[in-house]
Amino acid sequence: MIRIGKYIEQFINWLTHNFNPFFKMVKAGVETMVDGVVGLFTFLPFYVVIALVALLAWRRAGWGIGVVTALGLSLIYAMGYWAPTMETLSLILVSAFIALIIGIPLGIWAARSKTAGRIMRPLLDFMQTMPAFVYLIPAVLFFGLGKVPGVFATIIFAMPPAVRLTTLGISQVPDDIVEATRSFGATPRQLLFKVELPLALPTILAGVNQTIMMSLSMVVVSAMIAAGGLGEIVLKGITQLKIGLGFEGGIAVVILAIILDRITQSFGKKKLKKNAK
Amino acid sequence: MMPKLKIENLTLIFGREQQEALQMLQQGKSKAEILEHTGATVGVKNASFDIEKGEFFVIMGLSGSGKSSLLRCLNRLIEPSAGKVLLNNVDITALAEADLQKVRRKEIAMVFQKFGLLPHRSVLENVAFGLELQGLPPAERGEKARNVIELVGLKGYENMMPAELSGGMQQRVGLARALANEPEVLLMDEAFSALDPLIRTQMQDELLDLQEKMHKTIVFITHDLDEAIRLGDRIAIMKDGEVIQIGTPEEILTTPANEYVSSFVEKVDRKAIITASSLMDTKPTVAVFRKDGPEGSLRKMRATGLKILPAVTVDKHFLGFVYLHEVLEVKQRGDKTIEAVIHRDVPVAHPDTTVEQMLPFIAETDKPVAVVNPANNKLLGLISQTSLIIETTGSQSIPQA
Repeated sequence: MIRIGKYIEQFINWLTHNFNPFFKMVKAGVETMVDGVVGLFTFLPFYVVIALVALLAWRRAGWGIGVVTALGLSLIYAMGYWAPTMETLSLILVSAFIALIIGIPLGIWAARSKTAGRIMRPLLDFMQTMPAFVYLIPAVLFFGLGKVPGVFATIIFAMPPAVRLTTLGISQVPDDIVEATRSFGATPRQLLFKVELPLALPTILAGVNQTIMMSLSMVVVSAMIAAGGLGEIVLKGITQLKIGLGFEGGIAVVILAIILDRITQSFGKKKLKKNAK
Repeated sequence: MMPKLKIENLTLIFGREQQEALQMLQQGKSKAEILEHTGATVGVKNASFDIEKGEFFVIMGLSGSGKSSLLRCLNRLIEPSAGKVLLNNVDITALAEADLQKVRRKEIAMVFQKFGLLPHRSVLENVAFGLELQGLPPAERGEKARNVIELVGLKGYENMMPAELSGGMQQRVGLARALANEPEVLLMDEAFSALDPLIRTQMQDELLDLQEKMHKTIVFITHDLDEAIRLGDRIAIMKDGEVIQIGTPEEILTTPANEYVSSFVEKVDRKAIITASSLMDTKPTVAVFRKDGPEGSLRKMRATGLKILPAVTVDKHFLGFVYLHEVLEVKQRGDKTIEAVIHRDVPVAHPDTTVEQMLPFIAETDKPVAVVNPANNKLLGLISQTSLIIETTGSQSIPQA
């Protein structure tokens, strides 16, 4: 029998022991970020948050989505899940933000260097197909229980689409445009910022949307390691076989998903329209 | 004078076994042998030629002939495998990345077949793109871009997006973008090939007009010999990566280097290109006025079998034609000179008069066309009706006398 599990265990233990100060630092940083965002959402009165989100949805995705947003968030408030919903939203925003900060540059790198792309591809496949729950284990070993390991697991799970779609977007920029840009003496940096990224933007924004949606699903799962938020309610529903509770938590997640999806999609679409014009 | 661009033994090989392929090439092995042995494709093979300042140089070849690859070696969009490209005597192939970027920004600009415009930027922003890359402040590049936009006839379109324009207009943007950099050398890669024939001709005319004002050094790639002939001061013809002939349009048409070139030349409308100088017989038999009287003229007619002779002065000034029956009449009258029968009111051609312009000279009689030096009216040669008629009717390449 080959005990791969044993080696991985040893590796993770080694990491935990030797990089403890590093993990502590990361933990402190991420905790501050999450707490800050949660603090902001809970500091504002709920009706102000609802109004702001609904306004954003209306401006970006039309009045229909605006109304749905206002009604949905009001329903969540009425069900009494405002606080966990804001917690979940904060976790999503922080996780997705970090995933994008890491993922988009990796995507650019993979588009630029064939070798980097070749190495990244199987890693991304691995990250995406590995059952999401598995990430929770090393996350807990590194960071203990709570929100930070939840964010960590979410970042790993949600990053691949950001990397992939950034690479795709850049490699789809027509060769003749890249060639023309080079022929006018563009530096690699000018090529990237003036041509490749603007032209890849719709595709990259589709990746942003995917990352946010995957963050949402993972944030719910990470309630298993006490990340809190709506996942906790769903989890309670499962473990205590409370159908009503489970569904209430589920409905809140769905509402959040619809709002996030429509708002983030709208950014990509607007850009597309402008390009097609 | 030093040539603007000097291409020396430029060779481009695609594939991994560059060194081996280069060696085989030096040993004189063929493209097919090299491909079979090393798996490398020879894109350009030992191209050497000079392009002068202000010259409109056309490289013509079919797809796969290596013309576009050769062009891209000139600004190193493709790195040549061997050889040099000298711009103003500076070897481009030896430049470091930063210097190469400088050359691309200031000295060599390019126009592309598929335009290569930035779809997310307006016409003005596209035209100013090269200036933006140079780091010019927005006000200055805006002003320069507007000037060029006016030059290429795009005024009023500044704020439109490329996708809103027709192909011809898009290529005007491409041309303007290249000109905005004020380059010395303009590389044009099949610049008009994607356009409708009518628009293409119009763009060719406009480019020629522009060139008359700008005197840029232009290297223009095309697969269309008609286009090459219309535009080029000189044409290089490429086949299988090799330059097989370089010459003026007329040289290419009148003395094709081999069968490959002549097979192209056959399809070309020659009337607008062939000039009097290549059709004329430069040593025509003439009646020299005051030296040759009726007697002498008749003797020359008998010797050559001609019924019409040009009459010239002793220092070769063209006077007109004399006709056999009239010379006979004056001889019978007993005149001592042919002065009375010289037909002075005849049309003449100059050396650069094209066959097309000589169409009105085609006559029912066997009257030849005199070619004179426009500066001093001296007779340079004579074009017989026969060769003029053949040249205007038969588009087949006929060996020139």
